[in-house]
Amino acid sequence: MSILADILGATVMFAVPLLLVALGGMFSERSGIINIALEGIMIIGSLASCLFLRAVNTESLGVAHPVLFMFLAILVAAVAGGVFSLLLAFASIHLKADQTIGGTALNMLAPALAIVITWAVQGQGLTTIYIPTWTRITQATFGGVASTDGFFARLVLKNFYLTTPIAVILLIATAFVLYKTRFGLRLRSCGEHPQAADSVGINVYKMRYTGVFISGILGGIGGLAYTVAAGSGFQSMVAGYGFLALAVMIFGNWKPLPILGASIFFAFFKIIGSYSSSIPFIPQFNSVKSKEYIYLMLPYVVTMVVLILTSKKSAAPKAEGIPYNKSQR
Amino acid sequence: MHKVRGFIAKRGTISLIGSLVSIIVGLLLGLLLLLYFNPTYALGGFVKILTTGFGSPEKFAKVLYQAAPLILTGLSVGLAFKTGLFNIGATGQYTVGAFVALVLGIQFQMPWYIGLIGAAAGGAVWGFFPGICKALFNVNEVITSIMFNWIGLFMTNLCFANMPKMLANYWGATNADRTANLTRANRSAVIPKMGLDGLFNSNYMNISIFIAVLMAVAVYIVMQKTTFGYELKACGYNRDASTYAGINAKKNIVLSMVIAGALAGLAGGIYYLSGTAQYTIVKSLLAMGFNGIPVALLATSNPVGIIFSGMFVSYIQVGGDSLQPEFAKEIIDIIIAAIIYLSAFALLIRGLISKWISKKEREEGEQ
Repeated sequence: MSILADILGATVMFAVPLLLVALGGMFSERSGIINIALEGIMIIGSLASCLFLRAVNTESLGVAHPVLFMFLAILVAAVAGGVFSLLLAFASIHLKADQTIGGTALNMLAPALAIVITWAVQGQGLTTIYIPTWTRITQATFGGVASTDGFFARLVLKNFYLTTPIAVILLIATAFVLYKTRFGLRLRSCGEHPQAADSVGINVYKMRYTGVFISGILGGIGGLAYTVAAGSGFQSMVAGYGFLALAVMIFGNWKPLPILGASIFFAFFKIIGSYSSSIPFIPQFNSVKSKEYIYLMLPYVVTMVVLILTSKKSAAPKAEGIPYNKSQR
Repeated sequence: MHKVRGFIAKRGTISLIGSLVSIIVGLLLGLLLLLYFNPTYALGGFVKILTTGFGSPEKFAKVLYQAAPLILTGLSVGLAFKTGLFNIGATGQYTVGAFVALVLGIQFQMPWYIGLIGAAAGGAVWGFFPGICKALFNVNEVITSIMFNWIGLFMTNLCFANMPKMLANYWGATNADRTANLTRANRSAVIPKMGLDGLFNSNYMNISIFIAVLMAVAVYIVMQKTTFGYELKACGYNRDASTYAGINAKKNIVLSMVIAGALAGLAGGIYYLSGTAQYTIVKSLLAMGFNGIPVALLATSNPVGIIFSGMFVSYIQVGGDSLQPEFAKEIIDIIIAAIIYLSAFALLIRGLISKWISKKEREEGEQ
């Protein structure tokens, strides 16, 4: 049973960054901006928050108030991601540049910047920023004794970080904002038919800036969530999770709840790769070396198949990728 | 004055000015970063970026060695741009091309030219998928290409890990995380050097730069002088209009992606059959394919311009390598990223210049 708890716990832990980042991508695309810069945004969010955690890793600050400082780190990640995403917003909204090219530039910029800054802070060749252990929430956080005995404790507390409950809250919040508020309706209209939105007095530029900014906030938090999940510290990369989140978003058809399902599905494949030998009912490929690549590849293959099958009734925002030009109304 | 304006008004000149502005601003940003992180070495480092490439024959050989695959991936991205497609999948096609070339060279002990043809074919297949998905199902080629980048990478890694003959340790080396050294595994698969290595006093030098330039000229001729090239460009300008004019837009989309894939695949073959490079099994996409994007953008997708922009990007990369250990060589990646980002501004500058010229001309016409 404990292996089941491990698998489920780890799945949730890796689903969290995918969920957050895919929800971010959804906000940007629903406003009409294709955001392939998610990978770069994750890196910047993670970089900023890891540097923050490193700075507050002292007895009187982080160790004494772990939950508070982890929460602050999440805020730092959100702000950093949001600010970085404004670069994409500026190029694609004001300069009407090709959105995918702007995103590519940011994806190249982020890891390079992260390495250069990490070197500058930690010294030459020290490329990993380690995450303090107090960021993980255990019984010890609340004065108890840390232990992972028993099914429930192993399921929940082996890999529990503040990012997980925050992700749940953000999921509910995004679904509410997108479908139940005036702002959500306006944002969606800018992604479907910006000319019509403009004609009824909605400021398309402002909506798109907001959409990209929200995607930056969620992407930044997702970056931190990935780094704590990966467990080996921040190494100036997020291993393609930004791109995987893009696939999650498409697989989830640009809707919050299906995105939740898709992120769990994708995370499950990732985890199955590392646990495959201890799960009896899945194909073992015993004669194959480095078989984790099979499981790493599968989510992308599945996304391709889904993309082709659903292409006729895809819910992709109609106006995504097209710069809005007021004079062409 | 009139003559000067006439010269500036030429579209090529405007593009060139835009690219030069991007490059200069990008480099200045690099200088600022150097000054910020380590002021004592900053100026020396900046001079290194600008001069190392021409500093010695060996370094210049390295510039040419890296420029060849960059030119080819640049051509790949540029050709797709001309057809209105964004081939972000160049890195996946590059990886698959490298895979096919190395398998033909090591597993099947084929000579280098067969390896290169195979590499182009492999890349073409990897370009075909996004193309056909776009043409038949109208799935955004950017998304498909991103998916196929990762599928290609993981598949290549999986296959190499399971082909013992491909790995370095089969051929007497100790490491199993990379493919065999070609000079040990199959000398005939190494791209010939034709004595150039002696001339430049560098192991990196071979005929690959000539293959790349030849391909650039071939792409230029196809795009400018043939009906097929005209049809491709017409689809890029306006797909509906070209369909109305009787051009089979779907066929052209697929063909454009196939050719773009073949060029990127060839780049992978050229780089890994050089005899000096070994494919390392890692879980991150190869940067060479992505660097084709700035190469194409700087040259505004002009095949002849791509020869020069490819050389330029390779040149500052060689300069960047010499920055270590005082600075991280990734400063160059920041400069390149800034240049891509600024090419968006360059479009804006181009628009402003042409507007300014046409306004002046109108005013003069009224007088």
